[in-house]
Amino acid sequence: MFDTLSDKLQDVLGGLKGQGRLSEEDIARAMREIRLALLEADVNFRVVKQFVAAVKERALGEEVMESLTPGQQVIKIVHEELVKLMGLASTKLTFSSRPPTVVLMVGLQGSGKTTACAKLARQLIAQGKQPELIAADIYRPAAIEQLQVLGKQVKAPVFTIAGGKDAVEIARKGVADAEAAGRDVAIIDTAGRLHIDEALMQELAQMRSQVNPHNILLVLDAMTGQDAVNVAEQFQQQVNFDGVVLTKLDGDARGGAALSVKAVTGKPIKFASTGEKIKDFDYFHPDRMASRILGMGDVMTLIERAQETITEKKAREMEAKLLKAQFTFDDFLDQLRSMRKMGPLAGMLSMIPGIPKQLKQAQIDEKELDRVEAIICSMTVEERRHPDIINGSRRRRIAMGSGSDTHSVNQLLNRFKQMQKLMKQLAGGKKLKGLPPELLRTFNV
Amino acid sequence: MTKSWHQVFKGLSGAPPEPVAAAETGGEKKGGWLKRLRKGLAKSRQTMQQQLSAIMFDRLDAEVWEQLEETLIYADCGVASTVHVVEAMEQAANQGIIRDRDQFYTHLKQSLVDMFAVGDYQIDVSHQPSVIMVVGVNGTGKTTTIGKIAYHLKREGKSVLLAAADTFRAAAIEQLVEWGKRADCPVIRQEHGSDPGAVVFDAIAASRSRGSDVIIVDTAGRLHTQVPLMEELKKIRRVIAKQIPEGPHETLLTVDATTGQNGLIQARLFGEAVAVSGIVLTKLDGTAKGGIAVAISHELGLPIKLLGIGEQMDDLRPFDAAGFAEALVAG
Ligand SMILES: Nc1nc2c(ncn2[C@@H]2O[C@H](COP(=O)(O)OP(=O)(O)O)[C@@H](O)[C@H]2O)c(=O)[nH]1
Ligand SMILES: Nc1nc2c(ncn2[C@@H]2O[C@H](COP(=O)(O)OP(=O)(O)O)[C@@H](O)[C@H]2O)c(=O)[nH]1
Ligand SMILES: [Mg+2]
Ligand SMILES: [Mg+2]
Repeated sequence: MFDTLSDKLQDVLGGLKGQGRLSEEDIARAMREIRLALLEADVNFRVVKQFVAAVKERALGEEVMESLTPGQQVIKIVHEELVKLMGLASTKLTFSSRPPTVVLMVGLQGSGKTTACAKLARQLIAQGKQPELIAADIYRPAAIEQLQVLGKQVKAPVFTIAGGKDAVEIARKGVADAEAAGRDVAIIDTAGRLHIDEALMQELAQMRSQVNPHNILLVLDAMTGQDAVNVAEQFQQQVNFDGVVLTKLDGDARGGAALSVKAVTGKPIKFASTGEKIKDFDYFHPDRMASRILGMGDVMTLIERAQETITEKKAREMEAKLLKAQFTFDDFLDQLRSMRKMGPLAGMLSMIPGIPKQLKQAQIDEKELDRVEAIICSMTVEERRHPDIINGSRRRRIAMGSGSDTHSVNQLLNRFKQMQKLMKQLAGGKKLKGLPPELLRTFNV
Repeated sequence: MTKSWHQVFKGLSGAPPEPVAAAETGGEKKGGWLKRLRKGLAKSRQTMQQQLSAIMFDRLDAEVWEQLEETLIYADCGVASTVHVVEAMEQAANQGIIRDRDQFYTHLKQSLVDMFAVGDYQIDVSHQPSVIMVVGVNGTGKTTTIGKIAYHLKREGKSVLLAAADTFRAAAIEQLVEWGKRADCPVIRQEHGSDPGAVVFDAIAASRSRGSDVIIVDTAGRLHTQVPLMEELKKIRRVIAKQIPEGPHETLLTVDATTGQNGLIQARLFGEAVAVSGIVLTKLDGTAKGGIAVAISHELGLPIKLLGIGEQMDDLRPFDAAGFAEALVAG
């Protein structure tokens, strides 16, 4: 569970901070771990070779920063190189000066094209645009109905031809329809196809030449393995796509395919799909993806969001308290509120590396959190500081005041005690040593 | 030797096991799936063969093992399984068991076949009714696989009933209904958004009044990391078990052959939640090798039961370890 890359590197390189230069031997050992980590993350083995060679060159002779251990230094280099490779390209769509802007969604079966069409439409509507969806998957049973249902959900019109047998014609007429209706974007949903299916790839090429899409997006499942390079290369050859929509990122796949595809096609990942719900869609962040591929959780996202809501000073105070086990219910309430400002807790926990699995999988019920807040608010100042004084009659009073019951109050008190214990372990334990201090500081709840 | 459907489905009555016709095992469109699978491998195979013949096996040195390693990694076997195979091969070489090219490949294929020799490859439809539940991550091919299985069971004389318990994904019910039409099986359904457990309950009741032999339950795609959804699956299982104490008799997990290392985690977590009895490896008609199946069998002891090789009704094959190993490393 805890054998993250940072732990492994710590093991092979030692944990002392700022130890001069990285030796050649150190680097060789570190590169082995990195190679393994990337392979485990499904980065294509040829890409791994090239990438590791590049990183090695840069790492040779690099000074280890004062504040970092050699392991952290190597991770920093690898992280930066990953970001460089996956980033440096626009994630924006190209908009045509003559509407409608045409977007063609392509990819293998089941990768998430139809869902992505609807999600993109929703995002565009939120930006004040008027997209139209075009149902050009004539093969998969009920694919058209699926797009119609989703279109209704996002309030975008869906163009279909009942009983249509020619996908290219549907696409062409759909775009003409969007133009006539004055819509600014036409999003074409196509059937899933294998990159080696000549007939269907031909169909796509034809569609492309007839509707001249301004954006062709390859929809790629984040769980894809080594074969991602074949898929991407073939789609590039046949339809020369402009960018990638990476889907199913809500799972725990490390998503090395993203790196492979960028490396072999040079095409940027533009969007990230993170769930089945229509709103689970965002621009792609290379820095987050880099942490993820390295198995470091979504460290950057976390730090980013945490910085928005928690001031540096407050975090420091909290850390000091935590370490001294002076953590009170007031602090807890404070932390709870700032964490809730960052978004649903379940999502947050899943992003933190090194958090025990039981904790990640614990179901976090937001209503339960409302109740917790209410209970704490019904405690007196004294009780919040010294929970030990909360006896039977105080419990009953708190229960009444918060509109809950003594059982819930007891539960919270017990959990608070457990949490204090756990936090002490986490803060002092070696398990978390590889994490950036910001993280420890912020997530000491 | 390819298995016949009579060997795969336990509990078929009537005609004696007929060997699957050659046309059905691979002679069909686009030159057959095995051939395509091999063609896809051609590139890595070539480099491996070139490399290996160049050194003529008088030196089974680091280069050979590195080539082998890359071939297996490239097939998505994963680091652990790859290391396992390579070490076993190295040991055999040290003991003098592998001395030439032929021995090298024979031994390699056999090690892979051995790794697949786990569990029961049959699909149990001997009960009255038998319940097959199909689970898996989103878009891996559950509904399509159900259509294909239903079609084959019908052809073998079983009456099949489908339960549309994916009540979540847009038009999932309509998709299964269409497959029901193609395979000529009734589909028990409720409204979109209704309780999947209730659909299954209805389906079992319907199977009783109709005297159906097999009930196949389609479920919504879900990621193994989604705790509430995994709980929902367990609940569906409980609903089945309450009506049919031994059920479900089979719980098949669909794994997309293009899936990388996450496939192993999928199999582990679905297995823990709903006691998966076997794997259906889908989309093998592409260029992906499906090597994650090696890890799933070897590390989790789950048998691969069926292969999906296309989007049509008869694009389903019994799993054949020797053929699969052959395609993986073809020599
Ligand atoms: N968990 C998750 N599921 C997704 C995501 N995107 C799509 N899906 C699901 O994946 C399955 C296939 O999606 P669909 O849009 O039909 O794929 P298509 O065959 O490429 O059109 C459906 O069950 C979707 O709900 C995602 O980002 N996360
Ligand atoms: N090429 C190929 N496509 C498949 C195979 N099995 C399923 N599909 C396609 O994969 C997509 C998702 O399949 P579906 O059965 O809806 O997946 P589910 O979401 O798991 O129920 C559909 O477009 C299917 O036609 C297969 O063996 N080969
Ligand atoms: Mg679709
Ligand atoms: Mg389905």
